[in-house]
Amino acid sequence: MQQLLNTLLTGLTLGMVYAAFALALVLIWRSTRIINFAQAPMAMITTYVALTVIDADYSYWVGFTAALLSGLVLGAAIERLVIRPVEGKPHINAVILTLGLFIVIHAVAALLFGSRYRSFPAPFGVRGFQVGEVNVALTGFGIFTIGSVVVVMLLLVALFRGTDLGLMMRAAAFNQEVARLLGVRVGRMFTLGWALAALVGSLSGLLIAGGSLVHPSYMDSAVVFGFVAAVLGGLDSPVGAVVGGLVLGVSLSFVSGYVGSELVALAALGILMVVLLLRPGGLFSHATPRRV
Amino acid sequence: MARSVLLRHLGLAVLGLVVVVLVLESTSAFRNAQFATMAYLGIAAGGLTVLTGLNGQLSLGHGALMAIGAYTTALLLQDQQLPLVAVLLVASAVTTLIGAVIGVAAARLHGPYIAGATLALAVAVPGVALYFNDQLGGEQGLNVFVPDVPGWFADAVYFLSAQDVSGSKYVAYVGWLSLIVTFVLLANLSRSRVGRTWRAVRDDEVAAEIAGIPLGRARVLAFVVSAACAGLGGAVMALTVRITAPSGFTLTLSLSLLTAVVLGGLGSLTGALLGAALLTFLPQLVTSLGLDVGLSDLQSAQLAPLVYGLTLALVILLAPAGIVGSVRARWRRQQERATHDYDLPTTTAPPSPARTPGDEPGGDK
Repeated sequence: MQQLLNTLLTGLTLGMVYAAFALALVLIWRSTRIINFAQAPMAMITTYVALTVIDADYSYWVGFTAALLSGLVLGAAIERLVIRPVEGKPHINAVILTLGLFIVIHAVAALLFGSRYRSFPAPFGVRGFQVGEVNVALTGFGIFTIGSVVVVMLLLVALFRGTDLGLMMRAAAFNQEVARLLGVRVGRMFTLGWALAALVGSLSGLLIAGGSLVHPSYMDSAVVFGFVAAVLGGLDSPVGAVVGGLVLGVSLSFVSGYVGSELVALAALGILMVVLLLRPGGLFSHATPRRV
Repeated sequence: MARSVLLRHLGLAVLGLVVVVLVLESTSAFRNAQFATMAYLGIAAGGLTVLTGLNGQLSLGHGALMAIGAYTTALLLQDQQLPLVAVLLVASAVTTLIGAVIGVAAARLHGPYIAGATLALAVAVPGVALYFNDQLGGEQGLNVFVPDVPGWFADAVYFLSAQDVSGSKYVAYVGWLSLIVTFVLLANLSRSRVGRTWRAVRDDEVAAEIAGIPLGRARVLAFVVSAACAGLGGAVMALTVRITAPSGFTLTLSLSLLTAVVLGGLGSLTGALLGAALLTFLPQLVTSLGLDVGLSDLQSAQLAPLVYGLTLALVILLAPAGIVGSVRARWRRQQERATHDYDLPTTTAPPSPARTPGDEPGGDK
């Protein structure tokens, strides 16, 4: 019973992180119809930025902010300099570009920071709370993880639902041509979308790294989990991404706790297969797919 | 027409075989091993270029599919009961089966699903080898027992070049023979009805469906054929490297294969071979350059992936048709100009279209 509860709690915490990462993928997919596979190494390198700042004896929070800001800048720069030139070409070109970035950022990180494992600090305790006799697998850092992802999601909802800027971003994503005719600077909206996505991605990178080890490929599995979570939610819906992330987090936590941690990625693949076969539009699909 | 295409491919295959014999007999054992590496990368890249170039689907998991072929080979060779050809075929068949499962789920849908599913495969497969520690050897992996060189083969090589066949030379021959067979099959397939279906699906789903092509079946078939090639490539890899371990099948392998086919030119088998050559010979070159500049061993080892990634991005940005595609386009332009110049003195009419309608539909994108 205790193990069941703890597995569930660990899963929910992990699920929030996957949800954040899935959200980053969905933000870009909605606006530019590209799955940004480079999201993982982008988040990795911003975490290294945070680590460098923290190692220079600044507080965790300075490093945290530095990572988020560098994520914002990196996302905008990559959209403007790398992705923009292939806009309007076949989508496969843009996806291959993100894979090129994937390899480049990996190699650059290994060159700059070395490829050994380095420990990353956590701002709050990473030991479970003691409730009576029972040790609950909910940590201070876990609560911070859940809280920060929820805050980011609420901010995004507020941005998209409540502001003119959010409305313009949604318009640009919904229909480029019409948005452009109505005076929306579509290119700028895309740059902003990529920047926001990279920021959310950086956050999930920091949350995965906290109290754990970082090395150049520590985020590689996260992009898989984020993608599976996004597909679970239907790839088009931010709410779906969050729910998908939670479902995936709990499922994988059970696989890890009861079967073996080596098979977590295989389980994610299995879940992806089942979803694609049974509900290709995601768990919440109601619209019929476009047919000829 | 069909017969002449088949004959041309067979002729090229014989020519290739002659070149392979000449090269392998005139190079050292170390070079032979490198050529074996090039062969297995070429087989896998050939499969990937058919999938990505002709059918427009990305696979980020061909490294994992190679792992399935390689582990199957290692397991089958432990018993030493099957002849080598059968081992290669079984390894390819097992990979095909697993490829079919993934293909059926992902290829029915368009867009990013197949890329994401294969990425998941690439990340998942090493974990499977670790989990089934007893059967698959865990982190250390499995040793591969390369069968002895058959007597008739040694005799044949001795007859040709009066040299004995070493183990690595035998593997190189096995690899290149597999490559030639695979490429002939792929080349014929891509010029056949099936290949035309794949291109139609790639270029316009709606038009293809109106023309009566079942989209899902075409996509699944392309993925399955591609997986079979990756499995065969993995089998040859097991023979070449003589050990199959999870560290050999990282995500980097899958992405390097993608670099190879993009650089060579998507959809072109020649391009896949060029790309495989690059993957084989570039790392040493770059690493030694890095050491000369004064980087540490570990840092120099990272230069090769850096070059792959930059190559991938730059090719897509500057020359999306890749080497073969760009050369072919330039050659075609020159031809057009030549015929155009020739026409000018005699007629003042607008230049005749230099490209005939039957001329290879969309070999390059």
